[in-house]
Amino acid sequence: MHRVATNARRMISGLFLAATALPAQAAWKLNMTQGVTSTAQEAYDLHMLVLWICTIVGIGVFAVMIYAIVTFQKAKGAVPATFTHSTKAEVIWTVIPTLILVFLGYETAPALVRIDDTRNSEMTIKITGYQWKWQYEYVGEGYSFFSTLADTSNAARQLGSGVNPKSVDNYLLEVDNPLVVPVGVKIRYLVTANDVLHSWWVPAFSVKRDAIPGYVNEGWFNVDKPGVYRGQCAELCGKDHGFMPIVVEALPKAEFDAWLAAKKAPAAVAAN
Amino acid sequence: MSTTTHDHAGHNHDHAGHAHDDHGPGKGLSRWLFTTNHKDIGTLYLLFALVMLFVGGAMAMVIRLELFQPGLQFVNPDFFNQMTTMHALIMIFGMIMPAFVGFANWMIPLMIGAPDMALPRLNNWSFWILPFASGILVSTLFMPGGGPAGGWTLYPPLSLQAGNSFPFTIFAIHLLGMSSILGSINIIVTIMNMRAPGMTLLKMPLFVWTWLITAYLLIAAMPVLAGGVTMLLTDQFFGTSFFQAAGGGDPVLFQHIFWFFGHPEVYIIILPAFGIVSQIIPTFSRKPLFGYAAMVYATASIGFLSFIVWAHHMFTVGMPLAGEMFFMLSTMLIAIPTAVKVFNWTATMWRGSLTFETPMLFSLAFLFLFTIGGFSGLMLAIAPADFQYHDTYFVVAHFHYVLVPGALFAAIAGAYFWLPKWTGHMYDERLGKIHFWLSAISVNITFFPQHFLGLAGMPRRIPDYATQFADWNMISSIGSFGFGLSQLLFAYIVIKTIRGGRKATAEVWDQPEGLEWTVPSPAPYHTFDEAPVVK
Repeated sequence: MHRVATNARRMISGLFLAATALPAQAAWKLNMTQGVTSTAQEAYDLHMLVLWICTIVGIGVFAVMIYAIVTFQKAKGAVPATFTHSTKAEVIWTVIPTLILVFLGYETAPALVRIDDTRNSEMTIKITGYQWKWQYEYVGEGYSFFSTLADTSNAARQLGSGVNPKSVDNYLLEVDNPLVVPVGVKIRYLVTANDVLHSWWVPAFSVKRDAIPGYVNEGWFNVDKPGVYRGQCAELCGKDHGFMPIVVEALPKAEFDAWLAAKKAPAAVAAN
Repeated sequence: MSTTTHDHAGHNHDHAGHAHDDHGPGKGLSRWLFTTNHKDIGTLYLLFALVMLFVGGAMAMVIRLELFQPGLQFVNPDFFNQMTTMHALIMIFGMIMPAFVGFANWMIPLMIGAPDMALPRLNNWSFWILPFASGILVSTLFMPGGGPAGGWTLYPPLSLQAGNSFPFTIFAIHLLGMSSILGSINIIVTIMNMRAPGMTLLKMPLFVWTWLITAYLLIAAMPVLAGGVTMLLTDQFFGTSFFQAAGGGDPVLFQHIFWFFGHPEVYIIILPAFGIVSQIIPTFSRKPLFGYAAMVYATASIGFLSFIVWAHHMFTVGMPLAGEMFFMLSTMLIAIPTAVKVFNWTATMWRGSLTFETPMLFSLAFLFLFTIGGFSGLMLAIAPADFQYHDTYFVVAHFHYVLVPGALFAAIAGAYFWLPKWTGHMYDERLGKIHFWLSAISVNITFFPQHFLGLAGMPRRIPDYATQFADWNMISSIGSFGFGLSQLLFAYIVIKTIRGGRKATAEVWDQPEGLEWTVPSPAPYHTFDEAPVVK
């Protein structure tokens, strides 16, 4: 049952994607990303499932409304009926939405359980939000660093800077030091904040978790393919809330290990 | 009980030669300052809401102007945050809630055959708190450090970083809440005690029902907000640590308190809108409301559910799995009574005899566009997908669909519907229709693209954005300018109708149902001095 629904979903999702892909160049993007983690794929599948249910129900309901508006016009000589209720109809249109919701709950609840399951992770990254930057720490590796908005974006985003944002590469989505993670590894993240609330969001991972002072929230992601993934702070955190992006560079495991070793060496020297 | 005594006192006065019945409106400004007349107070509420629509609207225009293209062109980020915060506070507490209280004041006594509200002096007070509270709120913009900039949700610790504006904002919220609570007490007492003979609870017009339930929601929810913001105040000034992690407090506790108020607040705003639409659609369908009893029960169950779904605003705070599951499933339940309502309105039109005067047009737009807002609400309930939607423009699009073509369109529809009763003049139908089409088209140009922006990954509450979001933002801004300008036409139509126009009959529309249509237009200063008998 679940498998069938999932396959059907993938198929209709694909149709929808094909339909929207025509006008949808990068700038006219319409839909949620399918992302590069299983969580993002699940979020996308559920999004498409509920979107399609809403679309189909919506077409049905709107069709009836439009039919009524067009047909039962006084100008066309319609004489009003006098009925005030119909128990049969009312029971039907209470039961059908209920069944749809039961189906939706059945499809959604297991996904929520899977997303919540942080067991068997292979490494841990601690993320700390500050006004207005992120700190990343490779827990147990003794290496951490800050990540702030790239200078090019920062110069262009000043009021009256005179710089056209379109001339800046990855305007507002570029940082000085990206977070680097390995591909194909279940990574547990811990997220907290040092001043006010923040929220660490990378759409391609479908990870959005609030960074809260005094709390350590946890979650996980496992990136499927190498690449550079960009996100932003998603919880209002003051004047520069819009200017503390997140960039994650996902590398093959071996490259990541080499990168971390190289980074740790000077850090260890500095610590001594 | 008290009304009976009051009547006797009135009669005694009459015997003493004091013409109680001829007691008309006072003169000049004092009429409005000291009035205890439900119609005067209703008018004050409605005009106040109309003014605040433009104050809050001007702030929206600043927001959309800055977002017209990427880069910062007009305002700095801090002022931008003040605009988003104040726009929300003003529109919710200063515009849409007072507008519906205005409708309640004008229409509930007329609909239930009561001579006035039960507590007329309290009524005067609950209105006159409003301009002062809103004045204090707006004045914070001119204080050192500017107005509140932490979002209307006032989440600590950020809200505690505010400057001088902070205590004034809290005080203003207290006053606004007090005004709402007093107004609600008045509405409940009026409905419970002052219905005309024969007007049983299940004969009340649906507008009265929705307001009865709304008033209970207000009384239950508002004190929770007052408690929450008072705790913020003591955290800031009296050394407590309710929400400060450093002192052992819990920032998430505030979010729970806030949304325990905040979610019922959503229905406080939309239920009266349901009520207005439920008066208008039957009138222009020339057919009674379909499934009246089901509508009442659906309203009541929405009211109940509103108190057990609050944490769906907080799926990303890191709740336990069981919490997320509960709030996800309970939130989905709301779709059922809401769907029942939409189906019943549709069934009301079914085999009716429809005409499309301006109030009906706005109600039909409500029906379609509120449904779209309901769909996106269902989508947001799906927690795994909400991790992507949360705090993006998708949410902004969702709640603007239920608040603007939802609540605001219903209020505008109600204004056109009852303006002839209030003023004695018909509004200009041609201008009304132009206003409708301009509003209905521009509201969609404004808010529909925001769904795409949110899905594509644009967070809300940011003054500047990555260039891939530029195109839809420009379209949304263009739509918003059109919508803003269209509402100037509404103000013009209202003023024109107050000043003159074709005389309205008592019935105004084609055989409408309800006691309000049995009194002349404009409704005399005092109505139902003798209670009508409802069969």
